Amino acid sequence: MFMQAKWDEPLIFELSRPGRVGYTLPKPIEDVEVEIPEKLRRKSRLDLPELSEPEVVKHYTRLSEMNYGVDSGIYPLGSCTMKYNPKINEEIASHPGVAYVHPYQDERTVQGALKIMWELEGWLREITGMDRFTLQPSAGAHGEFTGVSIIRAYHLDRGDTQRTEMIVPDSAHGTNPASSAMAGFRVVEIPSNENGTVDLEALENAVSERTAGLMLTNPNTLGIFEDEILEIAEIVHKAGGLLYYDGANLNALLGKARPGDMGFDVVHLNLHKTFSTPHGGGGPGSGPVGVKDFLKDYLPVPLVGYDEENDRYYLDYDVPKSIGKVKEFYGNFAVLVKALTYLKILGREGLRNTSEVAVLNANYITRKLKGTRGYELPGKELRKHETVFSAEPMKKETGVKALDIAKRLLDLGMHAPTIYFPLIVHEALMIEPTESASREELDAYVDALKRISEEAYSDPELVKGAPHSTAVRRVDDVLAVKRPVISWRMYRELKERGGIDI
Amino acid sequence: MGKHYLPNLPQMEEMLREIGFSSIDDLFSDVPEGMVKEFDLPEGKSEYEVFTEMNEILSRNKTVLDMPSFLGAGAYFHYVPAHVKYLIERSEFLTAYTPYQPEISQGMLQALFEYQSMMAELYGLPVVNSSMYDWGSAIAEAALMTVRLHKGKRKRFVIPKALSPERKAVIRTYTRGAGLEIVEVPWDEKGRLDLEALKNVVEDAAGVYVEMSNFFGLVEENVREVGEIAHDAGAYFVVGADPTMLGIFEAPGELGADIAVGEASFLGSPMNFGGPRAGVFAVRNDRKLVRQMPGRIIGMTKDADGRRAFVMTLQTREQHIRRAKATSNICSNEALVAVASAIHLASLGPKGLRELGEVILKNTSYLRKRLSEVAEVPFDGLYFKDVPVRFDVPYDVIHERLLERGVHGGYYIGGHFPELGETALFAATETTRKEWVDGLIKALGEIIGEAEV
Repeated sequence: MFMQAKWDEPLIFELSRPGRVGYTLPKPIEDVEVEIPEKLRRKSRLDLPELSEPEVVKHYTRLSEMNYGVDSGIYPLGSCTMKYNPKINEEIASHPGVAYVHPYQDERTVQGALKIMWELEGWLREITGMDRFTLQPSAGAHGEFTGVSIIRAYHLDRGDTQRTEMIVPDSAHGTNPASSAMAGFRVVEIPSNENGTVDLEALENAVSERTAGLMLTNPNTLGIFEDEILEIAEIVHKAGGLLYYDGANLNALLGKARPGDMGFDVVHLNLHKTFSTPHGGGGPGSGPVGVKDFLKDYLPVPLVGYDEENDRYYLDYDVPKSIGKVKEFYGNFAVLVKALTYLKILGREGLRNTSEVAVLNANYITRKLKGTRGYELPGKELRKHETVFSAEPMKKETGVKALDIAKRLLDLGMHAPTIYFPLIVHEALMIEPTESASREELDAYVDALKRISEEAYSDPELVKGAPHSTAVRRVDDVLAVKRPVISWRMYRELKERGGIDI
Repeated sequence: MGKHYLPNLPQMEEMLREIGFSSIDDLFSDVPEGMVKEFDLPEGKSEYEVFTEMNEILSRNKTVLDMPSFLGAGAYFHYVPAHVKYLIERSEFLTAYTPYQPEISQGMLQALFEYQSMMAELYGLPVVNSSMYDWGSAIAEAALMTVRLHKGKRKRFVIPKALSPERKAVIRTYTRGAGLEIVEVPWDEKGRLDLEALKNVVEDAAGVYVEMSNFFGLVEENVREVGEIAHDAGAYFVVGADPTMLGIFEAPGELGADIAVGEASFLGSPMNFGGPRAGVFAVRNDRKLVRQMPGRIIGMTKDADGRRAFVMTLQTREQHIRRAKATSNICSNEALVAVASAIHLASLGPKGLRELGEVILKNTSYLRKRLSEVAEVPFDGLYFKDVPVRFDVPYDVIHERLLERGVHGGYYIGGHFPELGETALFAATETTRKEWVDGLIKALGEIIGEAEV
């Protein structure tokens, strides 16, 4: 029986006791008074907590015990590829040659760092079939923004100023339209067919001389491979647009097929999904962007270069039409180190095995769960790395919603799938087990979903009242919006006015 | 290799049969013929082999532990207490994702709420998001936000010329799509933002940005006045501040900032060759501003039993709901870097943050004093961390000779600011040691002497 730690842990501010310190600091080189101008000297209150180091450590240890990670159990959050994060990655990233290196050091003193970036780029090129990569973006959406900015720069450079529309399927991740809009595009949404794949007719109707490109995830967000991808590429290219690959779902195709061979011109990858770097509770991630040769002059600066003759790596700022920079310095370097470590261990065969097992696991869940009362499988049965069920029948028949199912799974010690996405599926449960889940975990997950189905039809209130065994019961997100408390400062003020009772 | 990460690999055939497939190829039958191919990649290796290989590569880097370094210019060598690293590497934090299921993610949610809370204290603004990618992208998002607040009717964003070239480049890339006009205000004879020049360009500006210590390390004395000029012109006032200075310098919110930004990774994270970092983003508690904020925000609420609980909130601003109309495309952020800074801040407390700021200020002062014995510090004023130094000898000669002596000099800025000539930024923090500075000055004296001969 799963019971999550329940510490009733106060806010760290509430643990504060005057005079306690949790730090040591070196003395200044010279203890002379340095005058701060009166108008800039801090006079306002600085209400930071005062604690000793052991208290700080206990507080955050307790908090961590009220958090569920990949190491806690199955974490089949669709679209997020919550695979195992190998510990060797962390070990290597802790090397002083990572931590204690300044980004502006003389190139001769950072040959190791540059070599890592160069080698990683080489792996990513071959895995995707693209010609050049920037490692600068810090996340998938950041990569998307970089990629569509490159597309924009390309069209403008060619004088195609009328190409202002980015086509995005209605099944796409929300970041796709958001990134396009940020880069200055008008977003044209096209409907998907019943498999959630691109409706070729709708695409034909959408493309025009205004089309800048199409953003696509393959396999799509239902986990279904876009088997007409070559036709899609032809339609977009014929209209003068470019094809953008959202790499969120690449875990399905490693060592099997490459976006570059499907006709994609720009791709972004998520090293924190496909290449095993930890998600850190929301970040840091890393979202490298790869392009075909004709777009390499638009990449952000600097790129990493290698002078073979002198066996020397360097930062290359000579990118004539560069879009500039999307982040200070060169990217989330520590994350890059972890991804390269993973790739070197896996190698060619390991990558292929990874995708094969990931796809097998998703199909295993699909077949085992299919036919269970209350769940419906939209689209065709063959999935890639993830599968999407709809709980619409259950909702209609029992009032139990996807949200309730998710919460009940938490009770059973398992992380919920992604819910209510993709938007084209009602009451969606998007399950991505990844290659890291054992067969026993998959069976247990299917059993849990079946059990919840039985409960929904026999005792729906049990499911609607879930979760029962987590650190807190169901959280009131409506209240959080109605009466926003975003910081200790806001809380303190409300409390003083008697405006809050927690 | 990599089989040790794949529990089901030995059971594949059995599992395939059980669900009605005869081979693994059946699972990929929808991938067009000819697209599946053999990749030209190396074979995998054992963990031991990769361990030695990666260590060998990384050992080619020289670290700031191997050689005294005076590099700063936006990235600094701060010491990270051991327990900070230890805590953020707890796998429940490290291997979790964005807390979409709050009931099972209270730990990360509370840690992020505490991050927001501590930054709210430092910056003097009560509404803080749970991080942007870095300081540069936080400024860029602030610029876009000020334009949204003006409903797109104003598109000019004013920045100081004495701003990090990295940050300028990020701002320009981010704001191109929305058609912003980025205007740079020069520095005056004291190296600070030229208020008269600002007045000439502030009309119709959506926002004005200033940093409490500029790219040259000079403390901007007139932050409040810049804010007044911005507000008089109907522009929003955005203030950037290094969090390590805010124990001793007044909070941006108290100086009139509507939005404040900064770099959280200066607390709790090593340099990592420039990343990961985390951008601080804080605003006044004004619904109009809060509604236009980018990024994830954690709020305090109740659970079904009426107990305190935390949850991601105000999500209707975000991409997964608003799609093309979202305030930003950001999804993954830099949560763990933010938590690291919170743990560091909780350990410092108010006294420690003040002391840290004072040590940095004093060390900077010492570095400046000593540097001015051998070269020219172009501006007179109060410096925090960075100090510009102008040489009569070409800086690449100085740099080369220092490196020969096992010292890494400063960051050359003459390329970005030709009017400053052979100038480099030398930086100090709490990690800077007396013998480093004294050694540097001695070496510089020798190098300059040699060059004059």
